[in-house]
Formats: sequence, structure tokens, C-alpha cells
Amino acid sequence: MSEVKKVATRESYGNALVELGKEHDNVVVLDADLAGATKTGIFKKAFPERHIDCGIAESNMMGIAAGLSTCGKVPFASSFAMFAAGRAFEQVRNSIGYPHLNVKIGATHAGISVGEDGATHQCNEDIALMRTIPGMVVINPADDVEARAAVKAAYEHQGPVYMRFGRLAIPVFNDESTYKFELGKGITLKEGKDVTIVATGLCVGESMAAAEILKSQGIDAEVINIHTIKPLDEDLIIASAKKTGKVVTVEEHSIIGGLGSAVCDALCAKAPTKTLKIGVNDTFGESGPAVQLIKKYGLDSESIAKKVAEFVK
Amino acid sequence: MTNQELKQTANEIRKGIVTAVHAAKSGHPGGSLSAADIMTYLYFEEMNVEKDNEKKDDRDRFVLSKGHCAPALYSTLAEKGFFSKDELLNLRHVGSFLQGHPDMKHIPGVDMSSGSLGQGFSTAVGMALAGKLDNKNYRVYAMAGDGEIQEGQIWEAAMFAGARKLDNIVLIVDNNGLQIDGAIEDVCSPYPIDKKLEAFNFHVINIDGHNFDEIRAAFKEAKETKGQPTAIVAKTTKGKGVSFMENQAGWHGKAPNDEEFKIAMEDLEKAGEA
Repeated sequence: MSEVKKVATRESYGNALVELGKEHDNVVVLDADLAGATKTGIFKKAFPERHIDCGIAESNMMGIAAGLSTCGKVPFASSFAMFAAGRAFEQVRNSIGYPHLNVKIGATHAGISVGEDGATHQCNEDIALMRTIPGMVVINPADDVEARAAVKAAYEHQGPVYMRFGRLAIPVFNDESTYKFELGKGITLKEGKDVTIVATGLCVGESMAAAEILKSQGIDAEVINIHTIKPLDEDLIIASAKKTGKVVTVEEHSIIGGLGSAVCDALCAKAPTKTLKIGVNDTFGESGPAVQLIKKYGLDSESIAKKVAEFVK
Repeated sequence: MTNQELKQTANEIRKGIVTAVHAAKSGHPGGSLSAADIMTYLYFEEMNVEKDNEKKDDRDRFVLSKGHCAPALYSTLAEKGFFSKDELLNLRHVGSFLQGHPDMKHIPGVDMSSGSLGQGFSTAVGMALAGKLDNKNYRVYAMAGDGEIQEGQIWEAAMFAGARKLDNIVLIVDNNGLQIDGAIEDVCSPYPIDKKLEAFNFHVINIDGHNFDEIRAAFKEAKETKGQPTAIVAKTTKGKGVSFMENQAGWHGKAPNDEEFKIAMEDLEKAGEA
């Protein structure tokens, strides 16, 4: 395999914001003293007058974003997932979600791939928190191409959107010239008949690699990329579940409340199917290089393939 | 409006507050009544808000950060003609658009949903920031409770507004001195409120929140203050205008029964004749 290009989706976020800023005067970007890390600094460089650093005060930032949106701005409020979805949960719920305001939340440094900073900064709960808010769209892109397209789609969508990005540079597997992002639509990346692997975020690339390993073992896995966790593409997942009869979900998030739960919610109501949830088990993360943590917590391709093979047996 | 006309209007708004909370059999009369005079001044004298410009970009905006005092806002909006006063009887009823706390999606004239304390002021700051970014002349008014300022988010927003020199926003602190568990200085004192806000780069004006001369002068001074936000710390009486509710923490979040309602309305009728 030739060397693949790797980009962190936080980088995609910053770059996409600049593109949006060029096209739309009403785009404003808010940050909470993390512009360097969330990559909104790229936007700040291009449009300093439309970049508002709120200081280390995420709750207030969400409120300011809400107020700006009532005056016709399209604010992109940015911070680490831990603080955007965690610390400011209630502000997002009450000041943005309840009035259904047109605020976009760009949450970077999600999941254990934050790496060395450790458990306090590794948010494995944000998808669970955000998807319980009525009317909130939750997006978790799988690579650079998808992430940039997602930011544009978030702008086009009227209403609150939570976007989840990572710190770690991950392989770019989508082809920009043919890629099309449709909000709420999953993408079948590989067809198969033995098992359906539903993945999101950086676990999509790992799941594709896992499917290759499984193929060598005679297991034909279907791989679905779910970039929009809410609203969930239930039809696609149910159709695949009916075809293969077995579902595995893979996410860099707690197995409680995330993609796995969303998929199970859909399946149990409409097509009960034996399902295995792969994710961060009910535990906190820890410090270490991201790639090592992904392996340790069982989210790399080999671990995924092993678990899927056992499950299918 | 003359002071006498403002007083009469505020008295009508107080009647609406008491009527609404009585009909709902729950709600927050104490802080609604303490805020009524300033709300009256804002909507009938200060802000360029009319029913027909409800959504216009250049209108002034008001955020009731102490959202539980929704009866005051609703009664004021009804008095202003945004909806029929009869609707006040449906406050907090299933299916009514008059929710227990302000709901901008369904209530004509409400600029921001609020109710979770500490959050409204941040949203008002966002509105003021948008005005600055777009070089608009509208002004933004936010009212917080004196208990509400125990919330840390108020100070995050104050720090931002002060640092950004947002002189198009006015924070009104309804200093009625009481919160659910008792006197604010006994629960967790936010005093000195004025000095704290001054330290956050606010121009601070202390007034009697029931004296229309002082209210008028304060908002004029706020408008003339450039390069920093203004805070009006308004000393008020919780339950103002209803004899048995005045200065009683117990009337923070309790509805009058039929007998109490009768007495309250008699108090207000009497005040209206004065």
C-alpha cells in the first residue's frame, strides 16, 4: 500500500471555515482560547474581524453564539469536545437547542485520540450528550474530505449542528472529486453479506482495514460510514442488517449513548438484529500516544477484525 | 409618557402579573412585581419596539435573564399589544404559548428564550456584539436577578462585555434582596454588586428601581456612556404593590389563592386610583 495522505479533521474544520468565510459574510467564528488547537486560527488569520476569542469561558461563548445567531450571524462556536459538549452542555441545550437557533458547534479533540493530555480532555461522551437534544444534528466525519464537506453542509442547514473533529491526523480515503456529503445519509463503502460494520469518525478507516483482514479469513463484511449520527440513516442500516443478519458498531466514543446505542435504538424498534458494540467501554481514557491508545482500547483494525470474527463465528 | 402615565401602566402590568400567576396556580410573582416599573419604562419609553417591528434588524432588544419573571414580561407585552391580555389567563397551561419561562419560538415579542439562570445575559451580549460587528445602532437590555448573579456565567459575560467595551448593552440588576432560600446576603452574598461590576469595566448607576425620575435618568446616562457597558443596579422591593407579598421571600415562587388574589387586586386597584 502506498503512503496515504493523513490529515486531522480539526485541520479540515479550520480550512473549511476559511472557505465558508469567503463565500458568506455572516459566518463568524468563536473560540475559547484554543484557536491554535481547534484550528480556527486559520480563519482568524484570514478574517480577524470575524474571529471572536471569548477567552476561557465556554458557557458564555455558547450564549454569545446564541445571541449572535438571533441577529442573522451564523456562528461557529469552537472548543474541545470536552468543553463544548461537556462543560457547556446546559447552555447548548437551553440557549441554543431549545430555541432551535442557527448555531454550529465545532468540537475538536474528541475521543481518546486526544492522546497525551489524558482522561480529563478525552471526551467519549459528547455524541451521547448532543444527540439527546431535540433538533440537534450530530456529525462525526471520517476524513478530511468528509469533514470539509460536513462544515459546508452544517452552514447550509438551518438549525443547531454539533460537529465532532479529531486531533490525530488520519488517512484521507474519500476522493474529493466524486465525494458528496448528504446530511443524514450513510454511505456504504463496501458491500458484503456476512456482517454489517457500522462505523463513524476515525473508526471508519480502521473498519475498512478490518474488513480487508476479515476478507482474508473468508468473512465478507459490509462497511457503512455513518457521518451523521443524528438524524440517523435508519433505512440504510436496517436494510443492511436484514441482509447480513449481524451488526457491529464501531466508534471512538463510549459504548453508552453513542453510535452503537443509536443503531440499537433503530434496530430494536424496526428490525431486531444481533448487534455488537465496539467503542470505549464504560471507562475513562489515559495518557499516551494516540495510536497506542487506539490499539489499547481496541479500536484499531486488528482489534476490530478480531472482535468481528469472534462475533460472526 | 409622564411619570403618572408610567405609574398607571406599571400598575396595569402588575394586575396582569397577579392575574396570570393566580390563573396558572404557580409561577413567580415576587420578582415579577419588583421588575414591573423598569419593564414598563423599557417597553413604553426606552426601547424602539412596537408590534409591527417585532422582527426588524434595527429594533432594540430585551433579554429577561431572570426568566422566571416571565409573568412581568408577558404582562408588559400584552399591555403593549403583542397579544391579547386574555392570554395571560392561559399562562403555564398545557397547549398555551405562554410557557413558564420565555419561549422566543412561540411568544410574540420575546427576543430570547431564557429561564436557566445566568444564561440570558450571555445571549444579550451576543446580540450587542452583532450590533457592533454590523455597525447597527440598536441597543440591548438584559435584566438579571440579584440572586441570579451568583451564577458564574454572569461574570463570564460581564468580563467579555467589559473587555470588548460594548457600550450598546445595559445590564439591569433587579436588586430586590431576596432569593428562594432567603436574603441574598444570607444565602451567598453577591454584595457589593456595584463595585464588582465596576471592576469588570462597567459604568454603574445605582437607583431606586421604583422611582421613574431615577429610572429615566439612569437610562439616559447609559445611552450617553461611551466605551464601556452600563449596569443599572436597581434597588427594588420584591412583591412591590401587593401588600402581603412585599419583602417576603415566600412569594418568590408561589401563586396567590382566590382570597389572596382578591386582596392583591384590591391593593392594585387602590394604587391605580391614587
